[in-house]
Amino acid sequence: MTSLTTPQAAPAAGDRAERIERIRQAAYRVRRNALDMGEVQGQGYIGQALGVADVLATVYTDQLRYRPEDPHWPDRDRFLLSIGHYAIALYAALAEAGTIPLEELETYGSDDSRLPMSAMASYTPGVEISGGSLGHGLPVATGMALGLRHQGNGARVFNLLSDGELDEGSTWEAALACAHHGLDNVTAIVDVNALQADGPTAGVLRTEPVTDKWRAFGWHALRVDGNDVAALVDAFDELRAHRGSPSVLICDTRIGCGVPLLEGREKAHFMRVEAHEWQTARTQLEEGLAR
Amino acid sequence: MTSTTPRKKLTTSAMIASFADPGQRTTSAPFGHALNRLAEQRPEIVGLSADLAKYTDMHVFRDAHPDRFFQMGMAEQSLLGTAAGLAEVGLVPFASTYSVFATRRAYDFLCLDIAEPNLNVNVVGALPGLTTGYGPSHQATEDLAILRGCPNLTIVDPCDSVDIEQAVPALADAPGPTYLRLLRGAVPTVLDEYDYRFELGKAAELRTGRDVVLVSTGLMTMRALQAAARLEADHVDVAVLHVPTIKPLDTEAILAAARTDRLLVTCENHTVIGGLAESVAATLAFNGVGTRVVPIALPDEFLAAGALPTLHDRYGLSTDAVVARVKAELGDGDAGRRRPAAPPAVMPADPAPATA
Repeated sequence: MTSLTTPQAAPAAGDRAERIERIRQAAYRVRRNALDMGEVQGQGYIGQALGVADVLATVYTDQLRYRPEDPHWPDRDRFLLSIGHYAIALYAALAEAGTIPLEELETYGSDDSRLPMSAMASYTPGVEISGGSLGHGLPVATGMALGLRHQGNGARVFNLLSDGELDEGSTWEAALACAHHGLDNVTAIVDVNALQADGPTAGVLRTEPVTDKWRAFGWHALRVDGNDVAALVDAFDELRAHRGSPSVLICDTRIGCGVPLLEGREKAHFMRVEAHEWQTARTQLEEGLAR
Repeated sequence: MTSTTPRKKLTTSAMIASFADPGQRTTSAPFGHALNRLAEQRPEIVGLSADLAKYTDMHVFRDAHPDRFFQMGMAEQSLLGTAAGLAEVGLVPFASTYSVFATRRAYDFLCLDIAEPNLNVNVVGALPGLTTGYGPSHQATEDLAILRGCPNLTIVDPCDSVDIEQAVPALADAPGPTYLRLLRGAVPTVLDEYDYRFELGKAAELRTGRDVVLVSTGLMTMRALQAAARLEADHVDVAVLHVPTIKPLDTEAILAAARTDRLLVTCENHTVIGGLAESVAATLAFNGVGTRVVPIALPDEFLAAGALPTLHDRYGLSTDAVVARVKAELGDGDAGRRRPAAPPAVMPADPAPATA
């Protein structure tokens, strides 16, 4: 097994500063991949992809055990994207991970592409479930985690949810089940970008206090700035060591993070970016990396 | 009014009243025991339930294989999502709850987590159709209508304990998802008297007859056999074609049954909309066969609460009702000859508007 196939199976082995820098570079490439895909369509869930890029870069570069050339490897850690519309972000990360070829990203959302606008397991290597109908990821993660533990397989199950997805009752059904069954091989990640389709989460359906809710459901919960790579690394390390109950990392992220042009944009849930703006966006992204 | 001894009214009794006739041979918890036998051969078999193990015969499996049973609590979305996850890692789950919850409440999870990835998850729904007197909250009168449109899904409506015992291993062997309309508790044992074996996707002619063919599924096959025996005494020769697999439908057998001049009657424990009757009618129409279909099915309405025998009589599922319906269709004293179509009793030609 090469180091590429099991990146940081024991994360503590690496020097912390080195790890953070490697993730930062990866996050830059994930964002750039997302911008390239966004330009194909001219609009889409670009803001969310930029916001969650640091989380995905940390997971795929530093935390997850997988083999890019063998996406069905039975001992792989599972990463479940229940928020299917974040597909653009996941493809960007899977390209960075080597699971899908970089040059395939330009087919995003096109007819006959393996990269549909909403992520589906049957289309794309490395996509574990078909998300999109929200509130499905955590129930399926529950089953995978129960099954893996039953089989004596030490693989872990990650599920990326959004704060909007916390509206779905099934998420909380599964939250009860994970805690009841003591599934410490489950790590939920909640992307709190505080924005939903109809507007700010606080106005659509209030979900705060998010951390208290998970704790009340019996989860080991941490909350960090989801665009602070150092904080993400420390939090994931702590969650990995935790035993006896499932873990959740609540990540406050900024829509459009890394591209100032897009950070403050109105109607950010499904963002429109003009043709002439993409190059500006890429330039701003590059400037951010250099800082 | 002069007083007479008041007739004792039947009561609803338990949630799951047995629909076995008094004195009828039954088998206890055939599903649970069949699952146990299968589990002894196949270590990947697991079971789960949503706080209804005891009421779906899953407790038999739970008690024999506690390490392979997962209690999900009263949370059916989580039940089916979890079953999908178990199948994703290579296990073969049987997930049990009541049919109403598996279909109405958790359909999105059955559809997208189980059927779309074509996983080997076996959903087991108890109290299908009219098998409880608890009213619409528990009567899954439209579960087939909900599920028949779901791609990849195999749907089985067993007649009795023999069907269930033979269906369980067949469902596990089928690579994709399945839905079993579970009969639980003291389940009638009927089909062992016939030269019958359950075969997934196949209908079985249980008896032949020249005048009428009853195309039946689920527990209504038991009623169809009883009705056929009663009609025989009246010199009406009745065939029974048992269709335990609703999807995929054995269209060849149905077309063969219809391509005669017999009266064709469908019998199902389900609303007249979207179940066996319409499956048969569509099969005939799509193949240019103009045979009229007489549907014996539940009406398109929310049913009453009460005692099961009363309700089966009222809604036309009892053996008496089947016999009466067939006779009416044939015309009294005119056995073997078909009369012009009478409007089906269960389906008004002109339904009342919803906003009446």
